[in-house]
Amino acid sequence: MLNLLATVVSRPSGAIGLTLTLAHVFMALLAPLIAPFDPTMQNADTILLAPSAEHWMGTDTLGRDIFSRVLHGGRLAIAVTFAAAVVATTWGSFAGIFFGTVGGRIDEFSMRIVDAFLSMPWLLFLLLIISIGGAGPATIIPTLGFFYGVAVLRVIRGAAMQVAARDFVTAAKARGEKLWPILSREMFPNLSDIILVEGAMRWSWMLLAFSSLSFLGFGATPPTPDWGLMVAQERGLLATAPWAVFWPCLALSSLIIGINLLADAIGKALGLDRASAMAV
Amino acid sequence: MIGLILRRFGFAAFTIGFVSLIMFAAVEALPGNVCTSFLQRFAQGPRLERCIEQQGLNRPAIERYADWVGGAVQGDFGYSLKKRKPINELIGERFANTALLGGLAALLAIPLAVFLGIAAGVRRDKPLDLSLSGAAMLAMTIPEFVTATALIYVFAIVLQWFPAVTIMRSGMGFMDMLPNIVLPVLVLSAVLIAHIMRMMRASVIDVMASDYVQMARLKGVPEREIIRRHVVPNAMIPALNVIALTVAWLLAGVVVVEKVFNYPGLGTLMIQAIYDRDLPLVQAIALIFSVIYVGVNLLADLAALMIDPRLRRKGH
Repeated sequence: MLNLLATVVSRPSGAIGLTLTLAHVFMALLAPLIAPFDPTMQNADTILLAPSAEHWMGTDTLGRDIFSRVLHGGRLAIAVTFAAAVVATTWGSFAGIFFGTVGGRIDEFSMRIVDAFLSMPWLLFLLLIISIGGAGPATIIPTLGFFYGVAVLRVIRGAAMQVAARDFVTAAKARGEKLWPILSREMFPNLSDIILVEGAMRWSWMLLAFSSLSFLGFGATPPTPDWGLMVAQERGLLATAPWAVFWPCLALSSLIIGINLLADAIGKALGLDRASAMAV
Repeated sequence: MIGLILRRFGFAAFTIGFVSLIMFAAVEALPGNVCTSFLQRFAQGPRLERCIEQQGLNRPAIERYADWVGGAVQGDFGYSLKKRKPINELIGERFANTALLGGLAALLAIPLAVFLGIAAGVRRDKPLDLSLSGAAMLAMTIPEFVTATALIYVFAIVLQWFPAVTIMRSGMGFMDMLPNIVLPVLVLSAVLIAHIMRMMRASVIDVMASDYVQMARLKGVPEREIIRRHVVPNAMIPALNVIALTVAWLLAGVVVVEKVFNYPGLGTLMIQAIYDRDLPLVQAIALIFSVIYVGVNLLADLAALMIDPRLRRKGH
């Protein structure tokens, strides 16, 4: 583990990625302690102030301190997408290892269904679900988790097929091992690297998806401070108060880029080549 | 060969059927129905009855599904609850606008991305490749609404070259429309270029390491000729698939980009329909997007069959 970390940090992209990701996670955790103002406190006397010594990033249309809102703005997005990434990676890699190991008819039939799922524009489907089930984490986490899980399944199944063809798996089958011990003791340890990288990569894409949903008005709901929502709300005054949009944009982009660089660096450190990583 | 083509068509038809079934089932499976979710707290008494009557909700689900699909095939998507109009009347012009936006983005992005991908792949790890790959990474990870906001700030507010929101009237000529769609097309293309370029680059690098390229070099074929004759055609095949897949991005991205620029397309209509809880309209637009998506994937499959004779052999 420490070795891996050292290899990751030895690349500049890995070091930047790790720093950005950790900085954001700490910022999200410590936001209530370090934010100078209440992020939801409105103040008619401080509307749209430019950045100053008191309000480092200025204030928004309702007089709220943008620095405090940016600090809090990632909490919901990080929590929701992390949960969804865990859901997606867990079920996707479990099913992927299963199908990749058993092969045959079951595998072939399931892959038809998987292909059909991969060939629908999932954001539109998510919007359909939201229009029935309502916005909010209770709808978004399972739906994102399910759809991204299908993509994880596809990738892990491909990798599992290669592992399943190796001698030690054949030997385990010849010894008469049951399916579950083969999956957990032979297959999984040889795929955990890919699963880790896959999970991290999906997490960064989910952040992108969630913030887009927030921007469209279907993710976080006011008055929750959320980067995507902040951009949507303050965008109309871009000409007069660009700071109200600039900082949440920067915070959001730097987190997604950070996780992406980190996932990429972990992948390279583990010797996995994901040149064609698709964000399906 | 004809059998293969028919099989691709078969799979496309299966996928569209499957997607429509899932979309219908999702609405059925969740609590409430189209009318209660539209009327919310007014969902009672004669109002609810009238809505149920109009939407035909008192019939069995299978019958309604058959009707929905049967109607959609003939271009009839039923009635919008909010707008009280046939859905195909609402969709017509919007569809043309979205097609224009998406079409221009694809037309700009695909050739440019293929060219840049080849350039980057041939000069692997050289400054050109590193800067292109870095830019692609940024374009892929930064959300579309952030890119769009940045472009609006620079080109609409500081430089004032293009309008920040789309102003469109029906019957507007293409040249009048052009300044309105420059920024949305740029935002959409940026993501497309990034994805396709990355795939093309990886694919070119793979082909450059192959035996037949090695052989051509040893025979003394000039490098330009190798790239033109051997590398590009072979690298195109896997890239085609990704070009089709990125259309998923284009379609999803179109919703966000249309919203940012307030562009009168299917995306903004869908967002509005979700705000209004107008489920028949949402379902109709989602289905249209899915059909386009499956259609583009089918085209890519057929194009791959044409370029690559190996795919035409039995066993594929």
